[in-house]
Amino acid sequence: MALLEVKELGISFGGLRAVDDFHMTIEPGELYGLIGPNGAGKTTVFNLLTGVYKPTDGYILLDGENITGKKTIEINQHGIARTFQNIRLFNELSVLDNVKVGLHNHHGYSTLTGILRLPKYYKVEKEMDERAMELLKVFDLDGEAGYKASNLPYGKQRKLEIARALATDPKLLLLDEPAAGMNPNETQELMNTIRFVRDEFHMTILLIEHDMRLVSGICEKLTVLNFGQILTEGETSEVLNDPKVITAYLGE
Amino acid sequence: MKMKAWNKSTKSNLITYGMVIAAYVIMEILMKAGMVSSLLQGLLVPLCTYVILAVSLNLVVGISGELSLGHAGFMCVGAFASAFFSNYTKEAITVSGLRFFLAILIGAAVAALFGFLIGIPVLRLRGDYLAIVTLAFGEIIKNVINVIFLGHDSKGFHISFKDAFSMNMEPDGEVLINGPQGITGTPHDSSFLIGVILILITLFIVINMVNSRTGRAIMAIRDNRIAAESVGIHITKYKLLAFTVSASLAGVAGVLYAHNLSTLAAQPKNFGYNMSIMILVFVVLGGIGNIRGSIIAAVVLTLLPELLRSLNDYRMLMYAVVLIATMIFTSSPGGQAFRERYSLKALLGQKKQEKEAK
Amino acid sequence: MMGFISYLVNGISLGSVYALIALGYTMVYGIAKMLNFAHGDVIMIGGFVTFTAVSGMGLPPILGVLISVAVCTVLGMVIERIAYKPLRGASKLAVLITAIGVSYFLQNIALLIYGSNTKSFTSVVSMEPLSLADGAIIISGETIVTILACIVIMIALTSFIKYSKSGRAMLAVSEDSGAAQLMGVNVNATIALTFAIGSALAAIAGVLLCSSYPALTPYTGAMPGIKAFVAAVFGGIGSIPGAFIGGILLGVIEILGKAYISSQLADAIVFAVLIIVLLVKPTGLLGKQIQEKV
Repeated sequence: MALLEVKELGISFGGLRAVDDFHMTIEPGELYGLIGPNGAGKTTVFNLLTGVYKPTDGYILLDGENITGKKTIEINQHGIARTFQNIRLFNELSVLDNVKVGLHNHHGYSTLTGILRLPKYYKVEKEMDERAMELLKVFDLDGEAGYKASNLPYGKQRKLEIARALATDPKLLLLDEPAAGMNPNETQELMNTIRFVRDEFHMTILLIEHDMRLVSGICEKLTVLNFGQILTEGETSEVLNDPKVITAYLGE
Repeated sequence: MKMKAWNKSTKSNLITYGMVIAAYVIMEILMKAGMVSSLLQGLLVPLCTYVILAVSLNLVVGISGELSLGHAGFMCVGAFASAFFSNYTKEAITVSGLRFFLAILIGAAVAALFGFLIGIPVLRLRGDYLAIVTLAFGEIIKNVINVIFLGHDSKGFHISFKDAFSMNMEPDGEVLINGPQGITGTPHDSSFLIGVILILITLFIVINMVNSRTGRAIMAIRDNRIAAESVGIHITKYKLLAFTVSASLAGVAGVLYAHNLSTLAAQPKNFGYNMSIMILVFVVLGGIGNIRGSIIAAVVLTLLPELLRSLNDYRMLMYAVVLIATMIFTSSPGGQAFRERYSLKALLGQKKQEKEAK
Repeated sequence: MMGFISYLVNGISLGSVYALIALGYTMVYGIAKMLNFAHGDVIMIGGFVTFTAVSGMGLPPILGVLISVAVCTVLGMVIERIAYKPLRGASKLAVLITAIGVSYFLQNIALLIYGSNTKSFTSVVSMEPLSLADGAIIISGETIVTILACIVIMIALTSFIKYSKSGRAMLAVSEDSGAAQLMGVNVNATIALTFAIGSALAAIAGVLLCSSYPALTPYTGAMPGIKAFVAAVFGGIGSIPGAFIGGILLGVIEILGKAYISSQLADAIVFAVLIIVLLVKPTGLLGKQIQEKV
């Protein structure tokens, strides 16, 4: 069974049809790319998948469950986690605490336990610290665990966002332009990390990206979006050689 | 690396507790030695009240990141609920310690209830709108309490929103809440020691909450609401929690305040928006989100006008000037640059460099 | 019925004063994005200056008003220059606390000069009361002048903003101060002008308020200031027609509440209406809805 199945998804803002008749099927463990020119509606698709916007039409199935129109929080609990195009970290919190916020729903104790410092508090906090450090190690951020998140360099902030998303233990990870603003070396490193995450965590990943080197390097399948509609989809190599796609990117 | 960070925050919290206890011990010694003026002695319990208010407001303003201008309203609710209870049970419960303990619980619970009920609609709003609505709620609480007349006689409770006479009480009736005259004859149960103990409890609750899963969630929402939602944090739940706990602690401050006075009346100067603003000033000058700073600011800014008493008419003017100057110095871009250049650290660093150059 | 009409007229009159004060709040908010808590105290200063000029120095009332407007205009610009300008770019909370400091400052300056005793303000309006329906409704000269003044000022202000170069600069700065600066608008001068206009209006509001309610103390401006702030939020802060509508509605609600429900609860009613409006329409009656982009 497909992990994510989207059919006839659409949304209108007033009279503007931002996304129309969008469909997508992602199998477990796939690395899937969503590409298209600026303003094609890629981030809107992410916002629809994560419940930031409510779709006007269509439905979204995650692991066979209908999650259409559910709230962001519920969708996260169903197993979709994401990063943002414009980085959204908890800037005043430490790097470690950013990840621990991601662990919030998986390691629980009550507010009263926290205030009274009952034994459970120490036990769960220790578990959270260990799990968070494991995740930070994957992204080579363990050395900066005590830093304030806003003090990290740009590239590391992007990685921290991914670590935080993974902390929620998702089935599907959405990455919105993970390589934006990175230099070629950083991008290469990021590609390795994404592949590592997929293999190590058996993660299914859907990403939006403009960097074609990254897309062709790691994505197995692609969907191309243009003016809110699907231009084409399929295996990466076929899609990237499609004259329609080249036209859409380069213009007539 | 990580262990170090942990120890640092624990150490910092211990310093905060220690500071409060040390201040108490020093004050007690000075009082025993007869070196404290009666004026200052009279200020001690109000001082404890302000510290609790400032610390609890910091939970909303600093930790949760919402500007509330209605904190005095919750204090007012706590004060009236507990004073009413203490007055009513004056004869029934003769052990003053037990009665006051119950009064504190009642004040905290009623204020928490108000915080919760007001928080539900208010926390949907953002920024300045939230500020003005909290101010509005604070004023409504104060105004409504001023028209409540509540009495008790052999037939039970009587209430009126017009005047004491309209309650139609039996001749043996006793007026418990007398509209604008408020509550008279509340037992004088508050003391400096109890005030300090309540400060320590407040600190314990706020500090431990901030340094827990709950506190992280609250601060995550403050830093980035959309990201917090995306990792499954329940926004309303945690905002409401911070708001309710803060209101409840303000209620405790109200209990302390009410049991230090023989007559409790809701006036603009003790429960109006000016009071809320004064507490906000403590929080901001002490450093947003900085618990220890709130305590220091509350103490210094309460004592400052008293210390300036010799300046008489000019003291509040001085206070205003100090306030404006501090804000410009600490928060303006120019002031920050100035501080960086001429801070002690920078000056020492410069000397060191000069030495090395030699 | 006759009673209702005269309450309504009084409400519109009080509302006109709120509207004038609210205009100052809303313009400053729109352009400097700050809550100028000291705005209410400028009203009080306006009242005291007229009081000194008319009752103290025996000048003709109209001259007193003009002096008051001039003093408050300068005062507004000085406050902006000394207290607020250095804080441009600082946190909102820092600016708010500074404004509170300025408010304390103005109140205590007035306290030093005039003392805490209530001064009885002599009305600057010498118009005869208007008697309608065979004397069943009597509308005071102050009421008429207040309402007329508010209407004239609203029209003048709206045309100024729409048609003058500085007015359009104000609009541009309130929309996007960064972009306005790039387009050659002098942002600092525009903000100073906004404070000048807001404070001039506050002076007029002060004189009108004190003419209708003659008790003048250093704290006279505080509560009307808060109410006007409520009026501005009520109408949608940043919106000039919003401030006008909010002010009038608030004045009417307050007077009718006082007359028909409870004089002690009038303020509570005003605040309750504000809360209800904001819960239904979180950015006020005419406020713009802003959605955060993800």
